[in-house]
Amino acid sequence: MANEKFAYAPAPESRAIVDLAPSYGLFIDGEFADAADGTVFKTVSPSSEEVLAEVARAGEADVDRAVKAARKAFGSWGALPGAERGKYLFRIARILQERSRELAVLETLDNGKPIRETRDVDLPLVAAHFFYYAGWADKLAYAGYGPDPRPLGVAGQVIPWNFPLLMLAWKIAPALAAGNTVVLKPAETTPLSALFFADVCRQAGLPRGVVNILPGYGDAGAALVAHPDVDKVAFTGSTQVGRAIARTVAGTRKKVTLELGGKAANIVFDDAPVDQAVEGIVNGIFFNQGHVCCAGSRLLVQESVQEEVLDALRRRMSTLRVGDPLDKNTDVGAINSAEQLARITELAEAGEAEGAQRWAPACELPTSGYWFAPTLFTGVTQAHRIAREEIFGPVLSVLTFRTPAEAVEKANNTPYGLSAGIWTEKGSRILSMASKLRAGVVWANTFNKFDPTSPFGGYKESGYGREGGRHGLEAYLDV
Amino acid sequence: MSSVVPAFGPDAPARLAGLADVTASDAALRRFLHGLPGVDAVGLEARAAGLGTRSIKTTAKAYAIDLAISMIDLTTLEGSDTPGKVRALCAKGRRPDPTDPGTPHVAAICVYPDMVAVAREALGEGSGISVASVATAFPAGRVALPVKLADTADAVAAGADEIDMVIDRGAFLSGRYMEVFEEIRAVKQACVRKDETAAHLKVIFENGELSTYDNIRRCSWLAMLAGADFIKTSTGKVAVNATPANTLLMLEAVRDFREAVGVQVGVKPAGGIRTSKDAIKYLVMVNETLGDDWLSPEWFRFGASSLLNDLLMQRQKLSTGRYSGPDYVTVD
Amino acid sequence: MSDKSEQQRLSVFKTYKLYVGGKFPRSESGRVYEVTDSKGGTWLANAPLSSRKDARDAVVAARKAVPGWSGATAYNRGQVLYRVAEMLEGRREQFAREVADAEGLSKSKAAAAVDAAVDRWVWYAGWTDKIAQVVGGANPVAGPFFNLSTPEPTGVVAVLAPQDSSLLGLVSVLAPVIATGNAAVVVAAERAPLPALSFGEVLASSDVPAGVVNILSGRTAELSAPLAAHQDVNGLDLTGAPADLAADLEAAAADTLKRVRRPSAEVWTNDPGTSRLTSWLETKTVWHPIGV
Repeated sequence: MANEKFAYAPAPESRAIVDLAPSYGLFIDGEFADAADGTVFKTVSPSSEEVLAEVARAGEADVDRAVKAARKAFGSWGALPGAERGKYLFRIARILQERSRELAVLETLDNGKPIRETRDVDLPLVAAHFFYYAGWADKLAYAGYGPDPRPLGVAGQVIPWNFPLLMLAWKIAPALAAGNTVVLKPAETTPLSALFFADVCRQAGLPRGVVNILPGYGDAGAALVAHPDVDKVAFTGSTQVGRAIARTVAGTRKKVTLELGGKAANIVFDDAPVDQAVEGIVNGIFFNQGHVCCAGSRLLVQESVQEEVLDALRRRMSTLRVGDPLDKNTDVGAINSAEQLARITELAEAGEAEGAQRWAPACELPTSGYWFAPTLFTGVTQAHRIAREEIFGPVLSVLTFRTPAEAVEKANNTPYGLSAGIWTEKGSRILSMASKLRAGVVWANTFNKFDPTSPFGGYKESGYGREGGRHGLEAYLDV
Repeated sequence: MSSVVPAFGPDAPARLAGLADVTASDAALRRFLHGLPGVDAVGLEARAAGLGTRSIKTTAKAYAIDLAISMIDLTTLEGSDTPGKVRALCAKGRRPDPTDPGTPHVAAICVYPDMVAVAREALGEGSGISVASVATAFPAGRVALPVKLADTADAVAAGADEIDMVIDRGAFLSGRYMEVFEEIRAVKQACVRKDETAAHLKVIFENGELSTYDNIRRCSWLAMLAGADFIKTSTGKVAVNATPANTLLMLEAVRDFREAVGVQVGVKPAGGIRTSKDAIKYLVMVNETLGDDWLSPEWFRFGASSLLNDLLMQRQKLSTGRYSGPDYVTVD
Repeated sequence: MSDKSEQQRLSVFKTYKLYVGGKFPRSESGRVYEVTDSKGGTWLANAPLSSRKDARDAVVAARKAVPGWSGATAYNRGQVLYRVAEMLEGRREQFAREVADAEGLSKSKAAAAVDAAVDRWVWYAGWTDKIAQVVGGANPVAGPFFNLSTPEPTGVVAVLAPQDSSLLGLVSVLAPVIATGNAAVVVAAERAPLPALSFGEVLASSDVPAGVVNILSGRTAELSAPLAAHQDVNGLDLTGAPADLAADLEAAAADTLKRVRRPSAEVWTNDPGTSRLTSWLETKTVWHPIGV
């Protein structure tokens, strides 16, 4: 399909709305501070490799100070009537809505994801999440966890770089609603939106020490998880780190929830609504550059419609617009870091070496920054690395099946169990498949939908505990 | 498919004859139409809404505005229409913005059959603007077939270049697909002039009455199999007319039809498209669903009237940098 | 009938066996160990001293049972569980004797413990078709989508039965595992395994499908390590774990991210609440568009 006549002019979102300081500190006990050892690191924009700011790097001493601040704040925060806690959260939700464009641009700058997504997906969900849990704060007695469920205390939270502010919201909103205080470590490649969130807390008048933000690396995360005065650990990230955390907290009283990796099957039957299925496949794997734990990274397509679906998919992929994340028409942005790009590249090369056929639409990638074209592998088998390992990038592995039973068997043939997709017009088949797939979220005739009321989390090695909905409160209550 | 032919071209009937088996009987046609992939309403609407968030600026906007103007079937379909009103519309269509001769003219003037001769005369020779006429007892279509055919033949004889027919929605909804198919074929035949050239046939579904997206997809294929040169969303006379979603679905249908049969069919959304912003959203859908091949008045039209003035105001804004107002474009 | 010894009948001893895959095997190792009464004096019986391989076989049997049991209707599971209570009720006297020996309880206290165990089992039997309504439900998402969360069994759960309560404790940890549709591999109380092994006979004479419950006796430390590390075990109940081993077992379970229930002091006669049910449930959330 030629698209030459109607070429879209650049439509860049203005970055003037974001007032970036040259350097940022740790946010502890309501104040920004340098790291105890004075260490800093740089955060860059993955689409240009431009240094955005210098950020204090938390170490063990800072973790200790932050946990102490959170512990001190817990005394009064946990004792505050739920209605008052709720009002703080409502304030935060409203300020996030007011500042959503600023935060969207900031997130796009620091993460590399398209402004279209931060503006239309991340930020609306962030505000909605706070709004949702705000309402729970004074209704905990009705949540099904007993007449007077108590908070746990200090929550140590470690979040990934793929949805920095949204993952923050998933962690902080239920924690505060339940009456806990938090120490949160954002990912080292995306610390900025969490630090701006600290300013949102300031505007909301949140008491000191209730929220503490510690930008840093894995060592800070490990120190936080291991800190003896942390009562609750919440982590979203890789299965490998999740295992290490589960080992660290073994034998302690710490409550843990883990939201880890995935290798979701997106199953397309021969009676699927093809155009919508293709949209769902594209959204499933190319949304957020495939940096999504629940990404539909394995397409299982029924053999009888394989060609038809793949033709339509290739055609659709050819219209994906890859490039400047701040351009409002960009569909696929930058890979978050050089390290991640190297991992995607390595796995894609392994796919080729193992004999799968690689295809990508012709697209011009920018010369600076980290980029990977939307890529399709056909002729993939269950034994290939690209069918088993989480790539966490815009790479789709296509496998085929002949019968529903075979689809279930292949879909479940993974240690992961986070999400799955089903595309068929037959209602009873949807329900049958949905009950047989071992995954925490099943999207039927849709994909990658999220909502604060909807519990999210995995089976098997995709982790345990649920975030979102009434279920999401359990992780932060002493029940 | 080695090559693509236009639906109005001489090779199209032979291509369609290749699918004679699916239109051989009512049962065969039903099986075929009901075998088309289903449409998930939420997914379709989400895709249309997603394309609606494209940000079309500067040069792209200028291109889109001029293209949209050139695709307009400038329409008046009122009981109160007079020759004077139609002449004014023709003048507007030829020179939409008197202050800027660089403004493209519209694609067609769309009128009732009894106004075809007036429009024909008002446009004169060589205007490059077609006369389109609704026919077949537009908008309800509730007359006997011979009357529909006479209505069509009359409009063609009066000089219509294009005929916008309505299908029998009653027959379609009660599952009498063959009847609808045969009727379209008969009207297509009635479009043939004495010199064996033919007026182009646009087939109006009235999507609002077909009610479901599955019906719209089936109707699209039915009309294309019957020889439609264009498929058109609606009459503009019911509550639900063209929507981004139902138009996107029809764009997907013409895309798939060309892929399968090698015959290219045009699409015309009509009714409810009033602003430049709306029009640009439709053009984005055409661009990203069908690409360059459909980005011309030959293959895509807007059935509209008030849209033109909004496009003109936006056009003036782009060239002068100032916002325009309704007093700076002409009323019809 | 003058001789006293003529009046005494020589009793028939029972050979206690494991309960694995619906059968009653001896340990593949051929080992047994002496079980004495709670005071440590009187020999009661020899119990199989299960090996790592017995644990492995039990996991295989449990895994095989998962599809059928988790796929059974909740009503059916409730019926089957209730049948277990009926069978247990019919053997109250036997269990009262075994519990009294095992725990050093008076006859009346042991009988009360057995009654409590029957009642506990009945309580859980009634939960099978209610827990989904209590912990699942519709989620009002902001969009045209049907969205429903339902609980599903985790899969195979390894249970270290409490050491302090040989029957009431056992049923209190086992019933919630299978009521929710999981299959269990139970390591019986190390020093008091006989009620648990006899309970296997109750299960076998009920309608519990083979492999849904597998009961091992032996050294908890020896059996718990391979179960905690087993890649095909989804959940681990450490209730009866030796205090010095619990942390290591939890760490071993971390490798495959098993759901772990840590040991905690429990009063077995208290209202158990629902937490032992939800410990072995996953929440599955299904989305579907709403459109015509």
